[in-house]
Amino acid sequence: MIHLTAITRVFQMGDQEVRALNGINLEIQPGEYVSIMGPSGSGKSTLLNVVGLLDRPDSGRYKLDGTDVTALSETEQARVRREKIGFVFQSFHLIPRLTAAENIELPLMLEGVDPADRKARVEATLDAFELRDRAHHRPSELSGGQRQRVAIARATILKPTALLADEPTGNLDHRTGAEVVALLEALHHAGTTLIVVTHDRELGARAHRHIAMRDGEIIGDART
Amino acid sequence: MNLRDTLTLSFTTVVSYRTRSVLIVLAMALGVAAVVVLTALGDGARNYVVGQFSSLGTNLIIVLPGRSETSGGFVSAALGQTPRDLTLEDARFVGHLPQVRRLAPLNVGVAELTSGGKLREVTVLGSTAELLPIRHMKLSQGSFLAHGSGRSAQIVLGSELAHEFFPDGKVIGQRIRLGDSRFMVSGVLASQGESMGFNSDEIAIIPIDYAQELFNTSTLFRILVEARSRNAIESAKSAIQHTLKLRHDGEDDVTVITQDAVLATFDRILRALTLGVSGIAAISLAVAGILVMNVMLVAVAQRTSEIGLLKAIGAPAADIRHLFFAEALWLSLAGGAIGFGLGHLGAWLIRLAYPDLPAWPPAWASIAGVATALITGILASLLPAARAARLDPVLALSGK
Repeated sequence: MIHLTAITRVFQMGDQEVRALNGINLEIQPGEYVSIMGPSGSGKSTLLNVVGLLDRPDSGRYKLDGTDVTALSETEQARVRREKIGFVFQSFHLIPRLTAAENIELPLMLEGVDPADRKARVEATLDAFELRDRAHHRPSELSGGQRQRVAIARATILKPTALLADEPTGNLDHRTGAEVVALLEALHHAGTTLIVVTHDRELGARAHRHIAMRDGEIIGDART
Repeated sequence: MNLRDTLTLSFTTVVSYRTRSVLIVLAMALGVAAVVVLTALGDGARNYVVGQFSSLGTNLIIVLPGRSETSGGFVSAALGQTPRDLTLEDARFVGHLPQVRRLAPLNVGVAELTSGGKLREVTVLGSTAELLPIRHMKLSQGSFLAHGSGRSAQIVLGSELAHEFFPDGKVIGQRIRLGDSRFMVSGVLASQGESMGFNSDEIAIIPIDYAQELFNTSTLFRILVEARSRNAIESAKSAIQHTLKLRHDGEDDVTVITQDAVLATFDRILRALTLGVSGIAAISLAVAGILVMNVMLVAVAQRTSEIGLLKAIGAPAADIRHLFFAEALWLSLAGGAIGFGLGHLGAWLIRLAYPDLPAWPPAWASIAGVATALITGILASLLPAARAARLDPVLALSGK
């Protein structure tokens, strides 16, 4: 499903070139549960951004479901992001002015789903993520765990094939972190490809495939 | 994202940044209100002047002796010819022209008015019965000068004079002395106050032949002519010039002024003034536009991570651009609407304070004011919206 060939991403830091990704070759099959680990600056977040089409590689080829997505226009990439990829961030990234329900509704709005249909799908999602009694609260009135649940609900409402999580438990205490991980794993069991970038060894170890990175290169790829 | 969702979402944003939105709407509203109020003032002043002129008479043509332009020259100067005077006979000929509805010859002078031991100098108009309708004068009591040529020593007094000489109110039929002759008061003018620097409350009007006798002259000061219609004014003017030229041995020695020409000049001046003033007001709208741009640029900076998020969940650049457009549109729409209301309220207050001034904002000004607000608002959002749409999602998400 995800097929990266010789992907390179170079950043210019002053007069120094930093190779955040240095000839990455990676293939991820549908339904896999992958963790990407490595020290800061190893390029793991950049890899996730490239996979999520947020960042364009400087060279190399990226095939997603058989199409070469590096060649797509900005608008087409946006559509692919919307329909095939869900993002979960460490800092949740909810829109503070909108209620939990409205935040969850955003991707449907961008997709142009009919309002009546939208309402039904948001209701169903609120139930599925046990957020019904928080539906009309703003993010500032929610706990960290609830915020991340809203964020995951938003990331998955369009049923993406891949869920990309960047340090999803980084801002949560241990117990709520565990709840969020359980939620993500439940989505994986339901068939979603799950890719998690993390520092947390315990979280990383839960995945079925472990990718280790250093200095922009993959130095380990193991399955359990 | 469809239009309705874009508008709803941006409206939520406008409402949630309350202070910012109120301030920017206020700036916009003041600009629009300034345009509306100032054009109301300008247009009111124009209508006031036009009204004052019209109160002098409708379709009025004024004939004066002498030329107001340089012409002819050597021959007439060498022969020592002076311009011929206007006479009652001239007026009679003009009165036969088909384009002329009526006319009133006019003499003006100053004489002493005495009665019952009281004495004062007054401005005396000598004219005929037609003066009343031509000049749109009104009587408060009695009747005006009699029609026809029968000599009768009548006098019509201004309201102020009537009050001064006959404080008990019994005016009609009273005898009064003007110069060396005795007159009988036939009517009193309704008080009209000052109009174009001429106070009709302190004048006395007597028949033209008495006036010519009183001032010992056979010439006229003016002939006031009323044309049959507005369209007849120009042809009446040339017919009068032609007639008088024939009567004056081919000399073009009268000046014919139409009220229309004077009016048109004032109209043009005041219109230009209104435009100028509203142009200045429109500058404040441009300033409000720059304010909108500044606020939107700040908004893009403030909401960087939000824009990054929208991109991450699949919003194309166009959607993000539209969101910022719509936000500016709401702000300027609110500013325009409130400014429109404020402006009309201001104009109403002016009319309340100065009932004489018809300070109605013209429709074009209201529309132009609101439209300028909308257009500047939208133009001002172009740059910030484009900047937001161009943001790199990775940097935006990390808040850089």
